[in-house]
Amino acid sequence: MDYVPHTPEDQRQMTEIIGIKTVDELFADIPERYKLKGLLDLPPGRSEQEVATLMKGISSRNAVPPITLMGAGAYNHYIPAVVGHVISRSEFYTAYTPYQAEISQGILQAIYEYQTMIAKATGMQVANASMYDGASAMAEAAVLAAKTLSREKIVIVRSVHPEYRQVVGTYAWANGYEVVEIPYGKSGQLDRDALSNAVDDRTAAVLIQTPNFFGVVEDIAAIEPMVHAKGALLVSAFTEATSLGILKPAGEMGADFVVGEGQGFGNPMNYGGPYLGIFASTDKFLRKIPGRLAGATVDKEGKRGFVLTLQTREQHIRRERATSNICSNEALCALAAAVYLVSLGKNLKKLAELNIRKAHYLKSRLSELAGWEAVFTAPVYNEFVIHCPDPKMANRKLEAAGIIGAYDLEKDYPELGNSLLFCATEMLTRDDIDRVVSLVA
Amino acid sequence: MELIFEKSRPGRTATTIPEADVPEVAITDIINKSLLRDDVDLPEVAEVDLIRHYTQLSKRNFGVDVGFYPLGSCTMKYNPKINEEVSRLPGFTSLHPYSPVKFSQGSLQIMYELRQYLSEIFGMADFALQPAAGAQGELTGVMVIKKYFEKKGQKRTKILIPDTAHGTNPASSALCGYSVVTVRSNAEGGVDIGQLRELMTKDVAGLMITNPNTLGLFERNIEQVSEIVHRRGGILYCDGANANAFMGATKPGDLGIDVIQLNLHKTFSTPHGCGGPGSGPVGVRKDLVRHLPVPRVIKKGKRYDWKYEFPDSIGRVKTFYGNFNVMVKAYTYIRSLGPGGLKKASETAVLNANYIKERLRAWYDLPYDRICMHECVFSGKRQVKESGVHTSDIAKRLLDYGYHPPTIYFPLIVPEAIMIEPNETESKETLDAFCDTMIAIAKEAKENPELVKSAPLTTVVRRLDEVKAAREPDVCWGRV
Repeated sequence: MDYVPHTPEDQRQMTEIIGIKTVDELFADIPERYKLKGLLDLPPGRSEQEVATLMKGISSRNAVPPITLMGAGAYNHYIPAVVGHVISRSEFYTAYTPYQAEISQGILQAIYEYQTMIAKATGMQVANASMYDGASAMAEAAVLAAKTLSREKIVIVRSVHPEYRQVVGTYAWANGYEVVEIPYGKSGQLDRDALSNAVDDRTAAVLIQTPNFFGVVEDIAAIEPMVHAKGALLVSAFTEATSLGILKPAGEMGADFVVGEGQGFGNPMNYGGPYLGIFASTDKFLRKIPGRLAGATVDKEGKRGFVLTLQTREQHIRRERATSNICSNEALCALAAAVYLVSLGKNLKKLAELNIRKAHYLKSRLSELAGWEAVFTAPVYNEFVIHCPDPKMANRKLEAAGIIGAYDLEKDYPELGNSLLFCATEMLTRDDIDRVVSLVA
Repeated sequence: MELIFEKSRPGRTATTIPEADVPEVAITDIINKSLLRDDVDLPEVAEVDLIRHYTQLSKRNFGVDVGFYPLGSCTMKYNPKINEEVSRLPGFTSLHPYSPVKFSQGSLQIMYELRQYLSEIFGMADFALQPAAGAQGELTGVMVIKKYFEKKGQKRTKILIPDTAHGTNPASSALCGYSVVTVRSNAEGGVDIGQLRELMTKDVAGLMITNPNTLGLFERNIEQVSEIVHRRGGILYCDGANANAFMGATKPGDLGIDVIQLNLHKTFSTPHGCGGPGSGPVGVRKDLVRHLPVPRVIKKGKRYDWKYEFPDSIGRVKTFYGNFNVMVKAYTYIRSLGPGGLKKASETAVLNANYIKERLRAWYDLPYDRICMHECVFSGKRQVKESGVHTSDIAKRLLDYGYHPPTIYFPLIVPEAIMIEPNETESKETLDAFCDTMIAIAKEAKENPELVKSAPLTTVVRRLDEVKAAREPDVCWGRV
């Protein structure tokens, strides 16, 4: 199946008008010795029916678990039916970036509404149209801070998602910046003494995460003065978007940038992507932030309409002087998030409360088991770290029951040996939780 | 049209949340009140209002499924529906990225085999699938170059980029600390070989070319270009945005390309989703494979696994493994077309572009008059001179006729550029109707220029005030 509509007669007429005998003549600019003589060594093309069967077969080699206890940056949430319905409308999914505003009012308005909802949820004044994912949004915020302040040191807390720290490390290395890691304290919140020692007048940005990788909620109001006292910028990240429904937003507590992973807002786990990078800032950075921005304006008759705006920030205008190279983003994932947020409305808080209660119940039940003990004392959202006698055995038992177990922290945090990071969302019923507890007991 | 916020009425909702089946502990007993917020001020609408809102918005949006979309350099080919359907199988959508590998063998198989297919199509030793989009692929590719010289202990500070390049090329290079030096084009639209020879010094890390370039022209002197860059120890990077021109016809790896990034959302038919998600795999020659991002899928016997330990890797550019669900669609596409279908796709894309070039050459200026590849670039200079009608006016007039306009004012070296990429999935009737319309607009520009300048007349909004949008930015409702 090749999706080419030409009949031999079409092709004959077209080559005649072009003035060639064979299509091969159109490839004359390719040096002869580099032209492929035979076909590529690939499996032969197939009919739609055969391909459908093939792909169903491959998908069945994945096992969709009835219960997922894994969070750690990707979250299993219920997605209302309206989300899939809206993003399946092909007027949206088969369009390019809305360069031609008059025939792209649909997505431009939807993105403007998305930006507004994200600004409200993060407590910021400006949100862009999306980044690739939470980690690249964090890395771009760090790069922007460094370029804006002409400082080359980035301070990051060890309780930031390990993969976010790796991505920040890669971007920082490429730009020639220094990254300093500071520890978390006994409570699971960042170590404030270490922060105060690390931040100096060379520091461009302090990168924190709340809830952090351990699910622990950070006290941003206490951190903010320590960062700004040295003129550095505070980048507050989140990996679990639904927490914005109940936790006081970092934007209301003095963060300069709020970045994070928007997957939890109506995007499936998709084995890791596509996800949704959320990027929000204060007004001060409006003309500097990376990525697309939809803005309201009027047409020549005074009617409200929307355009991509402040494009002089972007690579296609600024080229090597741009602070970011982003072009394509995750617009359809942002649309999914917008539909999700409209669908939930005020119920977003209720959903967040449900997540807290489920995690609290799972944590309480596991803590009753001999040798199982919560590691951190600070409050958590829907994830928590628990010390247990044999994490590998616990996960093996869960896997044997077809359950995706908890995140084993040993690899990234050897100092937390024998600890698991559990996540409980609204998708777990009380029966599921009781079953999990009885399996690992 | 009203905003969703303007439709909101307190007390309405489009969803219900299950009642808690676990003990009702007070939230403030778990999290201190000082860390909690009030409600987020989100719209409150009924489900039917939500659906009507977004359905109305969708009707104000133009996609490939609505009509012809010859947006140059964007490869807006038809997006086969089977790709969408299989990508929505729960086995692909519902899996957590940290699932044990025994639960994710299907996903790993797709990534492993997709890398193999891309390596074969482009003649590279291997690919990394982690980058989320073309620009991130570029950034990753330049990082690979930086790591390569770092490991060799060579300090190279510049990257050469032709004047026809996409803006992402210089931006990606700058983000890796390179200074950018522009190479001009010669009279026939290729790289100026004399200048390249001069500029390609020992402190230059490499050349980033786009081939075919953004004029839609294949670099005839590619052998010389490769020889000049390699003789000075440089890396030849190819922006693969235009790869739809040569699948099955030639392999970049054979042409001397050391690093290439692709756009699965262009060449391999995955839909662009109003701006994303994309997917930007990076392919490299053999000795650069060790610098690609981690982790990488490996195969042991019949089982696939993740491997994280590659000490010379640049590291990680994205969480997890890339835009997996986009890869499923590209994989499905390659399995549908096979080697014969891919070759035919590229041949037809090139045929269609040359057909449009022939049909319009009498009506619009053709700054580089030679065989083109998958796209052709005209100039609206004649229309400006004759009647003051600019390329932007012609583009807006096309909206009235029901077309998405071509890319305009790019590449920068062509004044009043009109860059047309028809793609292989369009029929002769579609191409003819589009050409007839372009000819009609050329006539209108002569006979009734004011009509063209006042276009569009039939869209839901007329031309929008972009200056006002930039001077008085309103990017968040209720804040202006």
